[in-house]
Amino acid sequence: MSNHATGQGARALRSSDQPLLDIQDLAITFETSNGPVEAVRNAHLTIMPGETVAIVGESGSGKSTTALAAIGLLPSNGRVSGGKIIFDGEDITNVSSKRIVELRGNSIGMVPQDPMSNLNPVWKIGFQVKETLRANGLDGANSKERVAEVLSEAGLPDAAARAKQYPHEFSGGMRQRALIAIGLACRPRLLIADEPTSALDVTVQRQILDHLDKMTTELGTAVLLITHDLGLAAERAEKLVVMYKGQVVESGPALEILRNPQHPYTQRLVNSAPSLASRRLQSQKAKDALAAAVADLDTPVDGEHPAPVAPRTVPAAAKPVSADGRQHAQAGDTILEIKNLTKVFKLRGALGKSTDFKAVDDVSFSVPRGTTMAIVGESGSGKSTVAQMALSLLAPTEGSILFDGVEVNTLKGRALFDFRRRVQPIFQDPYGSLDPMFNIYRTIEEPLKIHKIGDSKSREKKVRELLDQVSMPASTMHRYPNELSGGQRQRIAIARALALNPDVIICDEAVSALDVLVQAQVLNLLNELQEDLGLTYLFITHDLAVVRQIADHVTVMQKGRVVEASSTDEVFSNPKQVYTQELLNAIPGATLLV
Amino acid sequence: MSENLTPETDLTKPVIPAAARQGKTSSRAIVHFVAPLEETPLAAIDNVDESEAPLSLWADAWRNLRRQPLFIISAILIVLVLVVAFLPQLFANVDPTSCTLNDSSAGPRGGHPMGFTLQGCDVYSRMIYGTRASLMVGVFTTLGVLVFGGIMGALAGYYGGWVDAILARLGDVFFALPLILGAIVMMQLPAFRDNRSVWTVVLTLVIFGWPQIARITRGAVIENRNADFVTAAKALGLSRFNALVRHVLPNSLAPIIVVASISLGTFIVAEATLSFLGIGLPDTVMSWGNDIAAAQPQVRNNPGVLLWPAAALSVTVLSFIMLGDALRDALDPKARKR
Repeated sequence: MSNHATGQGARALRSSDQPLLDIQDLAITFETSNGPVEAVRNAHLTIMPGETVAIVGESGSGKSTTALAAIGLLPSNGRVSGGKIIFDGEDITNVSSKRIVELRGNSIGMVPQDPMSNLNPVWKIGFQVKETLRANGLDGANSKERVAEVLSEAGLPDAAARAKQYPHEFSGGMRQRALIAIGLACRPRLLIADEPTSALDVTVQRQILDHLDKMTTELGTAVLLITHDLGLAAERAEKLVVMYKGQVVESGPALEILRNPQHPYTQRLVNSAPSLASRRLQSQKAKDALAAAVADLDTPVDGEHPAPVAPRTVPAAAKPVSADGRQHAQAGDTILEIKNLTKVFKLRGALGKSTDFKAVDDVSFSVPRGTTMAIVGESGSGKSTVAQMALSLLAPTEGSILFDGVEVNTLKGRALFDFRRRVQPIFQDPYGSLDPMFNIYRTIEEPLKIHKIGDSKSREKKVRELLDQVSMPASTMHRYPNELSGGQRQRIAIARALALNPDVIICDEAVSALDVLVQAQVLNLLNELQEDLGLTYLFITHDLAVVRQIADHVTVMQKGRVVEASSTDEVFSNPKQVYTQELLNAIPGATLLV
Repeated sequence: MSENLTPETDLTKPVIPAAARQGKTSSRAIVHFVAPLEETPLAAIDNVDESEAPLSLWADAWRNLRRQPLFIISAILIVLVLVVAFLPQLFANVDPTSCTLNDSSAGPRGGHPMGFTLQGCDVYSRMIYGTRASLMVGVFTTLGVLVFGGIMGALAGYYGGWVDAILARLGDVFFALPLILGAIVMMQLPAFRDNRSVWTVVLTLVIFGWPQIARITRGAVIENRNADFVTAAKALGLSRFNALVRHVLPNSLAPIIVVASISLGTFIVAEATLSFLGIGLPDTVMSWGNDIAAAQPQVRNNPGVLLWPAAALSVTVLSFIMLGDALRDALDPKARKR
């Protein structure tokens, strides 16, 4: 392996003044049923040997398409319609597929996005690694050892045994390690990593990226990192390329772009990246009051990052003002109280035997009226199960849920129906939470109809009001969900939840699937609504960065148990548990702006 | 899988202090490029595109369909078949039942383009008038199968558990019996043998044909029953059954419609087969199957008598199957824009 590394190093030195990958004025066109669509225009980027370059952009910005063009993997209806792609001095823009296949693997490697679907479930991990080696003529005499070596380099412990396992026996992080092993198995000079950690928990994400960093530095591999997360990109790459609507809007040294963004789009991104945010969102009203009180605290709109100097403490003035601003809030009034909640699932075993699985274990917390309680945890921590039980969609095994002093578990019939009116959910997947057969009007009207509120005329008026509340034009109501973007659907879901004037809204990863800017927009909307309507939020999320922006109190869960519970400021400035500290440390880019 | 999680969540590993990650700086000079704003104009975040007319799934499917040659051809044929079935007198002015033995097995001549049967009946006229019975069997069997199979499949898929176990196994029992074999046995029963009509054939075909639709419905319902929008509707206070009717079923319709339109063709074939075997429609009812059966002994010296009704049967069945294929493409949820 060391031979390889030095070989690569020597080659990298020799040609260090020549870019490894040079994309010039690239244009990519897709043939669709509605005519040709130009997905990428005038894209240009250069990667020097051994350098890490990150392309940042929202979904649909053309970042993945650009990278796929470099490895000749555009979908069949896409083609390079202009510009040049030069790899190591060779023009590979319209090169034969034979040559591209030669380059793939041993010159340009690839780590795909979704570790769950990118490994073939019917083959053992080892076989899939060997496949790559063999395709590039590198399997040699003792391929088994080589496979184990490659896997252990990627950080899989006990690699020889692991190679004999199937993908379903691996966790998401381990699968991603296996994919990295495959991508780097043939020692490519360029590795394209397409959102390599987006599907993983933050702590796993950090470990994987750290490892990828170490490996590529040792091997002298250049990395083209594609990500939607500006903080992550700035932390991992020397150079940033910001793409927007198929064009490169800004590129340059990572830290400089982060600290001094020039293009208005980049400024927007820097301003709304949750991982870089440093305090709770303020509603407009509270903001105005605050601005009067502390003149220099308010967020400047001209692109400078908000208060980068003192992120850890919300100024003393902020608290009382924002509390005053919430006129509905009553001191000491607990609207939702959860006591010793436990949920045991029976996992079916062989021959009628079942094992108990404690998804939620003795969880207690209470949510004061008009505030936001965030439940944070990684996948499998039981946070969504808590949400289901709080919505009374799932019966708890033990413990109690008190809503406004009434036990929720025992509610039946009419009482349960009335409870539904007061507690509403917003779900994660904006593509799944609206019925595709219902137009927006019927979607928002449905709760009113179910609860027999008003006649059709007053209901229409209410729908218009609700659309206005979530800043959607009234003309939207004749549209169908498939015509709206993810963020717009999420706003419709919010409007539906608001239709019955609920007291509590349970947001189950409500903004996790959205692009950064849209996410910021929805969070702001939620915050304004809380201010105006005195809503209480139970905010389930895996993203501590979002918690900082929206929550007043935090409950950190791990493996079904509460490990830490405190006010947001307390958790962020003074985390008591190792697990919380890990989570905080794993927020990418958190330390870059200080 | 939890035992495999250890490498990532190992808390004993030293936590890299946050300060260690300060980003990378390059020794090379990197140009800071900013695109001119006029070339990369900034759009409002996530605004609604109001330029296009709103489209429901059905409107969208229609827009898709009307450009597909497969759909256009099959639709024209099906409309033609329907018109022929309702108003046969528009297409044939010869009475199909006025047969004279003088014309027995005579060839085509003016006013009788397809010649005569052994009994001296006009082949063209019989083909036109036979459409109605065949189509009726196809349409009513499909409706019956949709209602019965749909209900069984929806209940089995939606409620799961023991309901599913019983209904799905019941369906499997009927599924395991070959349609033709089952129908032969059924039609031999005295109650059916003595009252042979279009309706007994429909009933027999429904009894042996429903499991297919039930299976498709069950699968589609299972796919949709845990969708977030169903959970959301339950959280709004909608009862479990109403959620099935209002949300789950409408979203499960697409594959059911596709299968139904294809099986409509196969039911017409089944009717012809039963009639051919002499246990389908009674001889008094004019149908393609009966005519094919009657023409069979003569297939060597007068093949036209057999071929014309067989061709009508094939074209009708083919057009329903083509319609099903076109619908499958148009209603494919994955192909819809997001």
